[in-house]
Amino acid sequence: MKSKKETVQVPPFEAVGVIAAQSIGEPGTQMTMRTFHYAGVAEHVPTGLPRLIEIVDAKKEPKKAIIDIYLKSAYSRSRTEAEKVAKEISSVFVSDVATVEDDLEKLLIHIAYDEKDAKPQGITFNMLKKAMEQFSENPKIDGTTITINPAKEKTKETKTKTKTKKDKEDKKSKFTAKQVRRLTSKIRGAIVRGVPGVFKAVVIKGDEYFIRAGGFNIIGALEHPAVDPKRIYTNNIQELERVYGIEAARNSIVRETKDVLDMQGLYVDIRHIMLISDAMTYCGKIKSIGRHGLSGEKVGVLGRAAFEETIKHLINACAFAEEEKLIGVTENIIVGQTVPVGTGKIKLVMKTKKK
Amino acid sequence: MVKKKKPEKTSIFLNGRLVGTHPDGKSLANRLRERRRMNELSSQVNIYYNRRLNELHILTDKGRVRRPYIVVEEGKSRLSPGVLARVKNNELSWNHLIKMGIIEYLDAQEEENSFVAISEDEITPEHTHLEVDPSNIFGVVAGILPYPEHNSSPRITMACAMAKQSLGIYTTNFAQRYDTRAYIMYYPQEPMVRTRLYKSLNMREKAAGQNCIVALTSYHGYNMADAIVVNRSSIDRGLHRVAMFKKYETEERMYPGGQKDTIELPTPEVVGYRGEEAYKHLAEDGIIIPESEVDGKQVLVGKTSPPRFLEEISVFGAVEEKKRESSLSLKSGEVGKVDSVMVTEGPSGNRLVKVRMRAIKTPEIGDKLASRHGQKGVIGLRVAQEDMPFTKSGITPDLIVNPHAIPSRMTAGHLLETMGGKAGALGGMLMDATAFSGNTEEQFKAILKKNGFDEYGEEVLYDGLTGRKITTKLFIGNIYYQRLHHMVSNKMHVRSRGPVQLLTHQPTEGRAREGGLRFGEMERDCLIGYGASMLIRERLLEESDKTTMNVCTDSGCIATPDYTQNKNYCRLSQSDNSEPVEMSYAFKLLLDEIQSLCIFPRIVLKDKS
Repeated sequence: MKSKKETVQVPPFEAVGVIAAQSIGEPGTQMTMRTFHYAGVAEHVPTGLPRLIEIVDAKKEPKKAIIDIYLKSAYSRSRTEAEKVAKEISSVFVSDVATVEDDLEKLLIHIAYDEKDAKPQGITFNMLKKAMEQFSENPKIDGTTITINPAKEKTKETKTKTKTKKDKEDKKSKFTAKQVRRLTSKIRGAIVRGVPGVFKAVVIKGDEYFIRAGGFNIIGALEHPAVDPKRIYTNNIQELERVYGIEAARNSIVRETKDVLDMQGLYVDIRHIMLISDAMTYCGKIKSIGRHGLSGEKVGVLGRAAFEETIKHLINACAFAEEEKLIGVTENIIVGQTVPVGTGKIKLVMKTKKK
Repeated sequence: MVKKKKPEKTSIFLNGRLVGTHPDGKSLANRLRERRRMNELSSQVNIYYNRRLNELHILTDKGRVRRPYIVVEEGKSRLSPGVLARVKNNELSWNHLIKMGIIEYLDAQEEENSFVAISEDEITPEHTHLEVDPSNIFGVVAGILPYPEHNSSPRITMACAMAKQSLGIYTTNFAQRYDTRAYIMYYPQEPMVRTRLYKSLNMREKAAGQNCIVALTSYHGYNMADAIVVNRSSIDRGLHRVAMFKKYETEERMYPGGQKDTIELPTPEVVGYRGEEAYKHLAEDGIIIPESEVDGKQVLVGKTSPPRFLEEISVFGAVEEKKRESSLSLKSGEVGKVDSVMVTEGPSGNRLVKVRMRAIKTPEIGDKLASRHGQKGVIGLRVAQEDMPFTKSGITPDLIVNPHAIPSRMTAGHLLETMGGKAGALGGMLMDATAFSGNTEEQFKAILKKNGFDEYGEEVLYDGLTGRKITTKLFIGNIYYQRLHHMVSNKMHVRSRGPVQLLTHQPTEGRAREGGLRFGEMERDCLIGYGASMLIRERLLEESDKTTMNVCTDSGCIATPDYTQNKNYCRLSQSDNSEPVEMSYAFKLLLDEIQSLCIFPRIVLKDKS
């Protein structure tokens, strides 16, 4: 009896890559027809073909980055504990808890603490005050309103600079309304509490309670003591690679691709996906599939020229006197030879004696 | 969105141009409309009030699509029974009704201000208009389809598309016309079951189909998957017979230098003479004789052209003019008779000859037929009448359609039309199948019953092959079928060998050029996936553009053959050391093109290991 292993094994010279590409490409054509026609669902995490393209193209950031934060066992059991952590991680902007207005006449910025908005998020006035310290060393406080005079702050800053003998008059007029505006919007976007780059954390119950948040700052999230660093996950493959290394990235490519296909109810053997993610990551960094990645790094000039940007490749090959060794499949088809795959790779090893 | 504050006063626009303001646009619109209905304003003026922007548009310009409605006031149609009676007595015409303000035309803009009731009994005080007839919601093409309200909407769309492909008599002056391609049906019929619009459009003058006896059953599997079994004897009697007309034309072109083509019978001296056989139907003037039967690549109009390049002056000092053959010949694979010939003058004043070819296309296996319900199919088998099933009265169907075509497509209209056709044939009348108001199933049932038929249209049939009674009653009736202009004889195509392209030496593409079928990139990928490299080689090299080139072993270029010395000589290395190498011609071309980019590709040869 043949062992199971033998029947499952890939025969020598099988064109594994082509089969893998076709196996993923074929359901891809079916997805085109479906995903674009989801009516009514606006601003969703991209699924289906758009997401698949994102993965395969190795985009720097996914359209909607999601972080799944698992907690250490002390926190993951109760909802209240988890929610507390979620609140601490999720970033709150100044504009969420206060109304920021600029007075362009007097060149002042008023930040009015809004209790109604801030209380449910657990932000106190003191926290806001603390957050404002980065903009102003001695802000004026009037009840629940903080007033910053950027002109004053600026002079302090420039004091150190003005040692290089600059006009005093110039300094004063330097601070324009435009700059006040700019500072105002900067203040609005400042973070009062939480991890920068992590928003809208929600507690979800799976086998345990965990936090799902939007954003891309896993390192920031990891700094929180309640977070289990071994189980944090994000769909941002590039960030995962930066933080946890290439192996993690490979696994996440497999996982993300599989998720997309599963969601559509399509079945693709996981080994095809694994092969593709291996091809994308084997060199130690994430390579996209296409002109700028995998296909652009083929050995043969003709193979590259046949794919995209024909003339660029030919001229470069000329400039560096490249030799086409006819290793790839495309190259051999162009030249008109038997392709070195499957049957074509099999050769008689023993040589007859030369006469 | 930025909220715009509503202006206090209504802006008035005439044909899109601001002309003034008014304190109350809505009432102004109503008053203007009242004036129009009183015939004080032209009936072609449309008024549209936009409440959100507080704008009143008065439109009088051309190019607005408009359609008629009956005016409704205070929940009552202006077309009162009294008026209707006068219309019936021919006292009032359509134009009278417009002048009386009973009917008015609305354009796309004014429609936005209207609330249209589809039938009279659903009118409420809010309604402003009433549809003249509910079937008016259909356009010209869909309005001709019978019983669309009994079919699923995609089938109606398909039926509309197919009605435009049906063959009939597309124009009554077809004998005088030279269309590039035209079809005329031999015996077109008016459908037994038709809509009112069919009558109003006078479609019976341009009928495009025939009433066929159709049985819904299978026939030894020859009508699986939308195939249709056809009674061969019906075809012999002219069922769905069509003549195809095709125009060929050629012109005596002028060339720079005062030279000109001549339409004449080419002589054997002409360069490219095709042999006597090709010209056998031509008269002395070089034009084919009408009604002669032509096939293959025979010449229709003989033509000679001046030489492409000026000839050298011969030894005797006289310029020898060698004419080129440039006759107009029939496309390969086509047959037919010459229907007529016309000699005229072309747009640039040259002599122009048009030849109209005629070929009879009897329905054959693979030709496309369709009913008016999106039920299309191709002929799967032609059966002699004696082998067709027959009823007790001896009727054999013309077509046998598979019952599986019906349930999943929900074309109940198809069945209803069949019943209607049968009832109409028995009762001796045409049936009305207008949407929402045509003759009903009950009426058909009554007629069928009265004539001693099964009220559901089912009949006992006998197997034509064995003579045995078929144990199930079969649905059989009379339904209008159209022949569509997709015919196998115009499409079938094979190639085992044939012409190749000049540039690449690869096989040509397309039926017109006797081409091969493209073995594309994705097909190639599949073979790679199988690892069938020998097959790839065969498809892409051996059966395509294989050539043997002599490659110089010293310089790596392609060597030039020197036939006088029987050697292959390389100009670059000045040597004649070369080896024959098999390659695709496309690759050779690629090397040439790369050289034209000022890149020198070198072929390094190695022994096959």
